[in-house]
Amino acid sequence: METLTTTIQAVPLNHYILLSAIIFSIGVIGVLIRRNAIVIFMSVELMLNAVNLLLTAFSVYRGDASGQVFVFFIMALAAAEVAVGLAIIVMIYRNTNSIDINVLNRLKW
Amino acid sequence: MTATEILFWFLSALALFSALMMVVSKNPVHSVLWLIVVFFAISGHYILLNAQFLAIVNLIVYAGAIMVLFLFVIMLMNLSTSTEPQRNSLVKFAGVIAGCLLLTVMVSAVRSANEITNSQATMNEGGIGLIENLGKVLFNEFLLPFEISSILLLSAMVGAVLLATKEPTKPTA
Repeated sequence: METLTTTIQAVPLNHYILLSAIIFSIGVIGVLIRRNAIVIFMSVELMLNAVNLLLTAFSVYRGDASGQVFVFFIMALAAAEVAVGLAIIVMIYRNTNSIDINVLNRLKW
Repeated sequence: MTATEILFWFLSALALFSALMMVVSKNPVHSVLWLIVVFFAISGHYILLNAQFLAIVNLIVYAGAIMVLFLFVIMLMNLSTSTEPQRNSLVKFAGVIAGCLLLTVMVSAVRSANEITNSQATMNEGGIGLIENLGKVLFNEFLLPFEISSILLLSAMVGAVLLATKEPTKPTA
């Protein structure tokens, strides 16, 4: 355990920031270019995970446990969000027989 | 190059590759499986950061519960074989450009904050990610948010049941 915590400083914090930024951007691209509602939803989960990783990295590098508690709350929030979101998607599928988001453009007004 | 660095680069490459494959794969079931690989890689990062509690919770909650829920919904809707209609290539190109611009903005913001992030903050105690320490923080400082999150989960459960049940007039299919 002690060796792990001393060797971890070989990785600079900048690398974690860059990794999280790239994963977040991939999630944004996924939301923008896909039309399947479930895949869009999974891209949102990917963005949440990028933020979780960054919060954990900051928390560990600053020696403050609050960041990890915050990640714990984000996970509880994600579980609730997935339950409600998937219920909405099931409802949409039942009414329109498709989960293509372009079918939903009647929601515009 | 230490073992930690090698593990870091391997897990990062795995996470990025799987995230890309998740976005570009046509079959939604393949997307779910690639996303599970991303979650495993991120759990590996947590272990590397000595946040063992979060690593286990990430595996149980995300890879275990949420992804199984996604798979159930996809298979119940029988979408696994249907070919999804694609966006036209102009919209796809614009989406990729927009995402790359966002990445550029974030990276340049980090580079301007170089003096903060480059200062190698020493890790005070190695044990902050262990469950003993996190439990103390969670139930002392963050007791009220913890209780409120239980209300959030309850309301989400009620909402999901309310949304996903059929109308009572129809027979159960």
